[in-house]
Amino acid sequence: MKLVTAVIKPFKVDDVKTALEGIGVHGLTISEVQGYGRQKGHTEVYRGAEYKVDFVPKIKIEVVVDDEAVDELVTAITTSAQTGKIGDGKVWVVPVDAVVRVRTGERGSDAL
Amino acid sequence: MDELSSGDTAWVLVSAALVLFMTPGLAFFYGGMVRAKNVLGMLMQNFFCMGMITLVWSVVGFSIAFGEGNGFWGGFDFFALQDLTAGDGAIPYVAFVAFQMMFAVITPALITGSTADRMKFSSFAIFVTLWSVLVYSPIAHWVWASSGWLFKRGALDFAGGTVVHANAGIAAIVLALFLGKRRGWPTGDFRPHNVPFVLLGTGILWVGWFGFNAGSALGANKVAAIALLNTQIGAATAILGWIAIERLRDGKATTLGAASGAVAGLVAITPACGFVSPMGSIAIGLLAGAICALATSIKGKVGIDDSLDVGAVHLVGGVLGALLTGFFATLDTNEIGKDGVFYGGPWSVVGEQALAIGATLGYSAVVTALIALALKYTIGLKVSDEDEEIGLDEALHGETAYRLTSIGGSGFTSAVTATKVPEEAKA
Repeated sequence: MKLVTAVIKPFKVDDVKTALEGIGVHGLTISEVQGYGRQKGHTEVYRGAEYKVDFVPKIKIEVVVDDEAVDELVTAITTSAQTGKIGDGKVWVVPVDAVVRVRTGERGSDAL
Repeated sequence: MDELSSGDTAWVLVSAALVLFMTPGLAFFYGGMVRAKNVLGMLMQNFFCMGMITLVWSVVGFSIAFGEGNGFWGGFDFFALQDLTAGDGAIPYVAFVAFQMMFAVITPALITGSTADRMKFSSFAIFVTLWSVLVYSPIAHWVWASSGWLFKRGALDFAGGTVVHANAGIAAIVLALFLGKRRGWPTGDFRPHNVPFVLLGTGILWVGWFGFNAGSALGANKVAAIALLNTQIGAATAILGWIAIERLRDGKATTLGAASGAVAGLVAITPACGFVSPMGSIAIGLLAGAICALATSIKGKVGIDDSLDVGAVHLVGGVLGALLTGFFATLDTNEIGKDGVFYGGPWSVVGEQALAIGATLGYSAVVTALIALALKYTIGLKVSDEDEEIGLDEALHGETAYRLTSIGGSGFTSAVTATKVPEEAKA
């Protein structure tokens, strides 16, 4: 099993969710995060005092899938989250040792 | 003695209520500008003024301010508000007492803007109590009581540009000087946590200010009407002055700037509103907005952490308004006023304004410094570094302003995205 993590633009969440439903992914977890890569933040001015806001709001999506589903999933995320402009985000994949469904105690692929 | 006028009395009573509402308005104006961990600390300082100053004013404050006394001190003839019926006229004297009480409440509350995020609550409580008795009441006596020395010299201060705003403004700076900086100022992140609160507070202040300024006519009459009109014009044009400076200097006009401009204009028109023409109000408003906006850069240069710019808004705005009253006052507006320099009056009119300002600033600065020093070297003015990091809400009051998390089953839901269900697909 693999954990696929994607950091994307916040307004792309619905597009990604729709794309993942299209390839049979049944669940995902999102969280609000902040960060920066090549896309830098913005400045704000309050009564003449200027502040540089470096971190840009992003959404982190996490999905655990079977090994054979990884390529399709990564492609689906990349395609649906892409705008072509700087700041579209990243996707990365790491191996997962164990997964347990809390309700039933099922383990491994059965828990996905 | 005049016969009691129900119209005048009604207006002064309504005005008293409007002025009281300014203090919670101020609490939100300031509260929105501090960081989220200190918003209750700010609201509490303002609500404490509503509690304590009402008590202090009732017991000794009014007597010191409006007792006969001498030119500098009203004495204790009206101790605990006794024997007040003597002064009944078109309005009952108690209506005047109540109206003035609300001024006494908001004036020390204005100072809270410079102490934001770091002052001990105990120290603040003692400070405002002493300050109200030793600074506000005497200066109110000088300028507004018939026996006051500045009143007799003829200084024009219709609703308190000198007594309230310049006075609180200089006190705020002096207190901030002895209190010291917030940890991390000026390089840290001190952005406002809730700008909509700032605009909400501004709206409350603005409406309350009609009572403050037009109520100061102490009757429902033509001077009250022109004071109300001038108040509106001064606030409105100062918005334009402030955001014009922002657009030119910073590139963007901001909502915080619009709110700040409105308050700066209200401050500057306060001494003038019952003496100047609407045209004068336009000039005063535009100048106040622009000059106060520029004045916000001073604190960084002198290194005093006047956190929410009480100096730039209330000191600069109050002094500017009081001086400009000496130029723009006209007997056409108020026959018991004066003609200012622009209406053929002598320069001595401006001179009297400057004298009143100078005396107020000098006295306020010195006595504020003495109170601040006494507290600094006894119970201390500032919270510990640890408490400052935690935030005043938790450290001083044991409360949290915002419980915006779903963790722990609070019922708050965040970060939910929703998709609109098409009409035809509805269940």
